[in-house]
Amino acid sequence: MEQVVPPIYGIMAEYENPTDLVEAAQRAYKEGYRRMDAYTPFPVEGLAESIGFKKNHMPLIVLMGGIIGLISGYGLAYWVSVIAYPLNIGGRPLHSWPAFIPVTFEMTILLAALFAVLGLLAINGLPQPYHPVFNVPRFALASKDRFFLLIEARDPKFDIDATRRFMERSQPREISVVER
Amino acid sequence: MADNINEQTPQEVSFNPVIQPGHTFGSITEKISSIVLTRSTGRGWIFGFAIAFLFTMGLMYAMTYLLIKGVGIWGVNIPVGWGFAIINFVWWIGIGHAGTLISAILLLFRQSWRTSINRFAEAMTLFAVACAGIFPVIHTGRPWLAYWLTPYPNTMNLWPQFRSPLVWDVFAVSTYATVSAMFWFVGLIPDMATLRDRATTRPSRIIYGLLAMGWRGSAIHWHRYETTYLLLAGLATPLVLSVHTVVSFDFSIGIVPGWHATIFPPYFVAGAIYAGFAMVLTLAIPIRKFYGLEDFITMRHLRNMAKILLATGLIVGYGYMMEAFSAWYSNNPYERYMILNRMTGPYAFWYWLLITCNIVTPQLLWIRKLRGSVAALFSIAMVVNLGMWLERFIIVVTSLHRDFLPSSWGMYYPTKWDFMTFFGTIGLFVALLFLFLRFLPVISIFEMRTLLPEAEVKEEVG
Repeated sequence: MEQVVPPIYGIMAEYENPTDLVEAAQRAYKEGYRRMDAYTPFPVEGLAESIGFKKNHMPLIVLMGGIIGLISGYGLAYWVSVIAYPLNIGGRPLHSWPAFIPVTFEMTILLAALFAVLGLLAINGLPQPYHPVFNVPRFALASKDRFFLLIEARDPKFDIDATRRFMERSQPREISVVER
Repeated sequence: MADNINEQTPQEVSFNPVIQPGHTFGSITEKISSIVLTRSTGRGWIFGFAIAFLFTMGLMYAMTYLLIKGVGIWGVNIPVGWGFAIINFVWWIGIGHAGTLISAILLLFRQSWRTSINRFAEAMTLFAVACAGIFPVIHTGRPWLAYWLTPYPNTMNLWPQFRSPLVWDVFAVSTYATVSAMFWFVGLIPDMATLRDRATTRPSRIIYGLLAMGWRGSAIHWHRYETTYLLLAGLATPLVLSVHTVVSFDFSIGIVPGWHATIFPPYFVAGAIYAGFAMVLTLAIPIRKFYGLEDFITMRHLRNMAKILLATGLIVGYGYMMEAFSAWYSNNPYERYMILNRMTGPYAFWYWLLITCNIVTPQLLWIRKLRGSVAALFSIAMVVNLGMWLERFIIVVTSLHRDFLPSSWGMYYPTKWDFMTFFGTIGLFVALLFLFLRFLPVISIFEMRTLLPEAEVKEEVG
């Protein structure tokens, strides 16, 4: 069966300061909305939590990168110096681990940082050439001085008129319907 | 160190804000983005860029001649095989370190005053590392074989020596360049979105749009972004310390008198931060003046940087004293001769000039009035820039030119090609900075917004 794609992506309300936005977001979450997002020109403390964001995977991703870097850095130095190209210099031990630490350390940092940046982009779905929110002309202000709350149409509780009425109660500066 | 910077009485803070009162989210955005988007390219910019570009061409010329003739055109020979190339490499990489220190360490210490200087300090880091990277590569003599430094499977079945500090250096510097570039780029993404949304012409909207990668300021994205930014800062902090430690290992692992000292790693790191802050001041003072950014880069920033300059200068002074002390205390005739030769030998003038530049002059910063004088700060920073270059000259040249056997003593005289290459990299550095000022936001716009009182969420609605 063909899936019915709603013609609209969601309803967006615009606020003038972060306090109003956080209040509105908390009220919407309490009302039972779950599929929503907020857009701000700078990170606002507690906003992600107020729309129900819980699991932040970034620390785990960076830790994994660090562990992979650590093992590969030390492994490389060990394999080269002990197995692939052993040099007997006055009978000194081939597995001279203190000399392997600088390379191990740098590789740990390098891979952790690479995982951090690429992981951030991947998990946020960037680069993303198209997103419906950019169809709202006033959304250009989201990177300047305005604060937006969006309730998506795929939210089970979403109803175009009821959601709009609900959003009007938080007295936003403007309400717009976001087209797909 | 960082804590003392914030030790100011409430009155003092209100006189010395990190951002002048009266700004809004919109006015901050407007003021910083207009430099890139709407203001016309000034005559001063074209003139400055032209001069810097001329010097860059000088670098290209010197390097081309070097590739044709070989390193014999430089003053390097036995016994001084490490001439300007290594001096300049250490000087440039040290300058880069203040950028990482400002952006990473001060972020972890929650020093909010860093916000208006971190972007161009990070740019300074990148460009300084680019200049630094040129030198060891062309110093190899056959730079087209420089890839031999990296471990890769090859038909000769050869592998790099992982016990050598020169191999550690390859890993440290390339990691540093990569991580600095990524840190800088991640910081730029939200500002690229601002420029995209405010671009007045189609090409600039497309270019900034591509760089912003579709950033839309989603709350969930911001949340992960902040975590990542903090983690990157946490990774960059030990990295910056390790890089100059490894650079100092290039010297201290060798048994040359004057190099083989345990004081080297901390002394090099302090020297790097010292040199870097001098360069940040050198750049910040003209930038805030010519682009009218006195509201954002305030006297408080300059004063704080002056205090860091004084503190790190004292650590460097301690390093010089310990060098002399351990030479005397070691009771090793070669070590003792090395330090006496530094102070009274053929390079004594440069040694005492170094002490004047790096130890004596910065003591002026104890005077409160001079810390508040832009002209004085600029002059002192320039003197420190020179002093830190002389420090590397003294370490490299005086240690090598007279080592164990008097029969192998010699003198080092740089040639015009040495100077041309060195001034050429200064030209490259300045040219890159000019391009940065013209095409990218010189101050982090989104972080400046968070400094406003309106950015805080007022009350919790349960």
